[in-house]
Amino acid sequence: MSDVFMIDGYELVVGLEVHVELATVTKLFSASANRFGDDPNTHIDPVTLGLPGALPVLNRQAVELAMRIGLALNCSVQACTFHRKNYFYPDMPKAYQISQYDVPLNIDGWLELPGGKRIGIERAHLEEDTGKSTHVGGTGGRIHGSDYSLIDFNRAGVPLVEIVGRPDIATPDEAKQYVTELRQILVAIGASDAKMEEGSMRCDANVSVRRPGAPLGTRCEIKNVNSVRSLGRAIEYEARRQIALIEGGEKVRQETRHWDENDGRTHTLRTKEDADDYRYFLEPDLVPLAPEASWIDAVRAALPMLPRERRARLSSATGAPSDGEAVMVVVERGQDDYVLAVAAAGADVSRALVHVKEAYAEQGATPAIPAADLARMIVLETSGKLTSTQAKTVLAEIVASGGGDAEKIAAAKGFEAMDTGALEAMVDDVIAAQADAWAKYCAGEEKAMGALVGAIMKASKGKADGKAVTALLQSKRG
Amino acid sequence: MTELSNAVDIANAVRHGSVSAVAVLDEYLARIDARESSIHAFNLVTREQARAMAAKVDADVKAGRDPGPLAGVPIALKDNMCTRGVPTTCSSRILEGWKPPYDATVVTRLAEAGAVFVGKTNLDEFAMGSSTENSAFGVTYNPHDTTRVSGGSSGGSAAAVAAGFAAASLGSDTGGSIRQPAALCGVVGVKPTYGTVSRYGLVAFASSLDQIGPFTVDVRDAAVLLEAMSGHDPLDSTSIPQPALSVQGSLDRDVKGLRVGRITDLPGGSDPEVEARLAESFDALAAAGATVVNVELPSMKYGLTAYYLIAPAEASSNLARYDGVRYGLRVDAADTNAMYMATRAAGFGDEVKRRIMLGTYALSAGYYDAYYGKALKVRRLISDDFARAYQKADVILTPTSPIVAFPVGAKVDDPLSMYLCDVFTIPTNLAGHPAMSVPFGTGAHGLPVGVQVLAPTLGESVMFQVAAHLERVAPGGAK
Repeated sequence: MSDVFMIDGYELVVGLEVHVELATVTKLFSASANRFGDDPNTHIDPVTLGLPGALPVLNRQAVELAMRIGLALNCSVQACTFHRKNYFYPDMPKAYQISQYDVPLNIDGWLELPGGKRIGIERAHLEEDTGKSTHVGGTGGRIHGSDYSLIDFNRAGVPLVEIVGRPDIATPDEAKQYVTELRQILVAIGASDAKMEEGSMRCDANVSVRRPGAPLGTRCEIKNVNSVRSLGRAIEYEARRQIALIEGGEKVRQETRHWDENDGRTHTLRTKEDADDYRYFLEPDLVPLAPEASWIDAVRAALPMLPRERRARLSSATGAPSDGEAVMVVVERGQDDYVLAVAAAGADVSRALVHVKEAYAEQGATPAIPAADLARMIVLETSGKLTSTQAKTVLAEIVASGGGDAEKIAAAKGFEAMDTGALEAMVDDVIAAQADAWAKYCAGEEKAMGALVGAIMKASKGKADGKAVTALLQSKRG
Repeated sequence: MTELSNAVDIANAVRHGSVSAVAVLDEYLARIDARESSIHAFNLVTREQARAMAAKVDADVKAGRDPGPLAGVPIALKDNMCTRGVPTTCSSRILEGWKPPYDATVVTRLAEAGAVFVGKTNLDEFAMGSSTENSAFGVTYNPHDTTRVSGGSSGGSAAAVAAGFAAASLGSDTGGSIRQPAALCGVVGVKPTYGTVSRYGLVAFASSLDQIGPFTVDVRDAAVLLEAMSGHDPLDSTSIPQPALSVQGSLDRDVKGLRVGRITDLPGGSDPEVEARLAESFDALAAAGATVVNVELPSMKYGLTAYYLIAPAEASSNLARYDGVRYGLRVDAADTNAMYMATRAAGFGDEVKRRIMLGTYALSAGYYDAYYGKALKVRRLISDDFARAYQKADVILTPTSPIVAFPVGAKVDDPLSMYLCDVFTIPTNLAGHPAMSVPFGTGAHGLPVGVQVLAPTLGESVMFQVAAHLERVAPGGAK
């Protein structure tokens, strides 16, 4: 661990609750499609609408995806039950949400941040999503004071897994890492598309502050955080707000607060006093869920390689640090297999990592050229037949045309390796022709080198390797 | 025609073409026309639908297709079972105008068996009551004495069969709502094992207790209906994954050697005539070679209390969806919250409001352990008591109701006295067991008395075996 993160002598204690929509074909308790973005109220049925007499039937695929999440987060999967969480809101047609309460599906796991710190997972349970309300008129899109509200029940009954993290997060950056890593895991295991912008992944943060060694402070729950970047900002703002209260002699009030992206602040949503009494009780319309050991084992066995394992693999293949930028970004983009394929085709794996990172991962693009084509280009580069500048030019052309033979492209461009003797002769010619610049350079005026290099490159028609030219000039200066 | 009074005979006659389903229906509709105004069994008589169904049955017979074991049998449905396109009210104003877009599973199954639905019957609002006086649409009167109640909550279904408006009917039983009105109206009423009949499409009162069952004129009809409607339904997660019950085979089986349990600590307070009929039923079984054994159910006396916490708790959750927004009644008001309140104030009757408040309270933070939590423990104790009792007995007999049908209005202002009507029926629901009421002679004022046969989970065969025997030896018959 790095140094203890503090703001004005206070430690942060942060726990995240993340809701993810599962990528199932149908809803958690009915046969309606689970699909985002269609016309309102087109994926509904008696169960979704909570019509009198309709009954829920648990979706096996949702259970399987929820188990995948639990197992990927090192949880124990257990026999569990469903409860009704009773509260009245227009977008919840039954006036209760079917959720899990005292006995959830997944318990006691952890998520490892790229740097190695483990954040505990208390539980990851199944529940149904609500519909979506749009409040028209009034101010701020709130129900209060609006002229009317529109409700889309397409989202009602969509399966969610709520992942409740332990308050092991100590910095805004760790919170961002946690959510980023979690997102990658969810995508890797096919459980969710986990898009915070579309709401298929939603994050609430419980934030409190304390003096080192002091008991836990009063926490506030921050809602409406819609991006990883906002998460870091919201946590930092909230911590500073609480510290200011304490320093001002006031107490932090336990409450739910709303993050406002526009003013960069959190605002009171509701206090503990007006919190709902959910009157949980065992859902009598469902029976306990007890996944057989063979089912759990099969789900575990079918889990794909997780991002942490992919980073370790790429790190050990390339020697680059597993939490370094290149490995992180390439694995996050899911391009590590491609890097290894390029290496398998004969290229130096470190150069492969650099080129994939620069040409694709950082551009937000997906490798579309045959691994062998990139490998051939890298071989030319590492054997000295292309300078690094030429290599980039050739690669850009291969990328632009979706593949190609590096040697042919290099030849067409007239790129051919200059032997050292030819280059040295060219350097000597330029030194002779530009005696003034050379004298200044020898007198220690580094700026003068630019003119010399430029002249040499011009003389070589761009074939000279800039690095080799600089090295030659330096050695001749002595 | 009129000699065809039971479902089995009607179905046989229709299947063999000796009578048409339409002719049978006309007979029943004529009886409805003659007497419904003094009984009020129905919220809605579905004449046109019934004629269409009967005509289809006749067409099937004509074409050589078997319409099924309930071919042409006129059946009435309690108005808390969803019927596609046909109003389903639960006898509540809150559901005014609502037509379900789907059929309950039982409705589908009976239709597939050839039944003809004659109408939707009256009930205590949302099945909350024991007299059908809590209906928003008026009382259902007892066909044996129209100054008296029909029992409840399935009073309309019981009265419909007793009055000959339908050959059979369906009710729902949460704490006795089939068996008690069956006893008061002198017909057979069955609450099957929880999970044998699908609840899909039954508007929920208390989901862990609700179970659909038949009212019939005799035990054999009840067996036939139960076989037609039971069996696993993938749409109901609490439905037991097994095929339909098979009980007809046990109807003629000798009761010799069966052990019949008598509860020694049965709560008292029953009419003396009711106690006398129960004693006679034990004697009759003993005379036929059964052994009467004493069993104890010490927790039974807490059943009523536990029930009046568990059922309202579930009801408070089940009924929270009625808000005037998506279906049913809406009373407009200045803003949305005022609309909710006005709708519910106008839409729900007093008993429903009472139970919603009771249940909400019982589940609330700080009260849960003392009320709902304790009630669940009592529920477990009752199941344990029954399990011990059924080690000694194959079935248990009790009165169905401690009293015969009481005058309309006698108990409406005394909810606790009304709740006591279900003291013998409630424990079965808490345990999830089957039980049925068989008419067995008469009590005060010559009114029908029912004896209740209780059996362990999935003990329907032995239950029907004993019920069929009691039916054969029952004294005299009701007035």
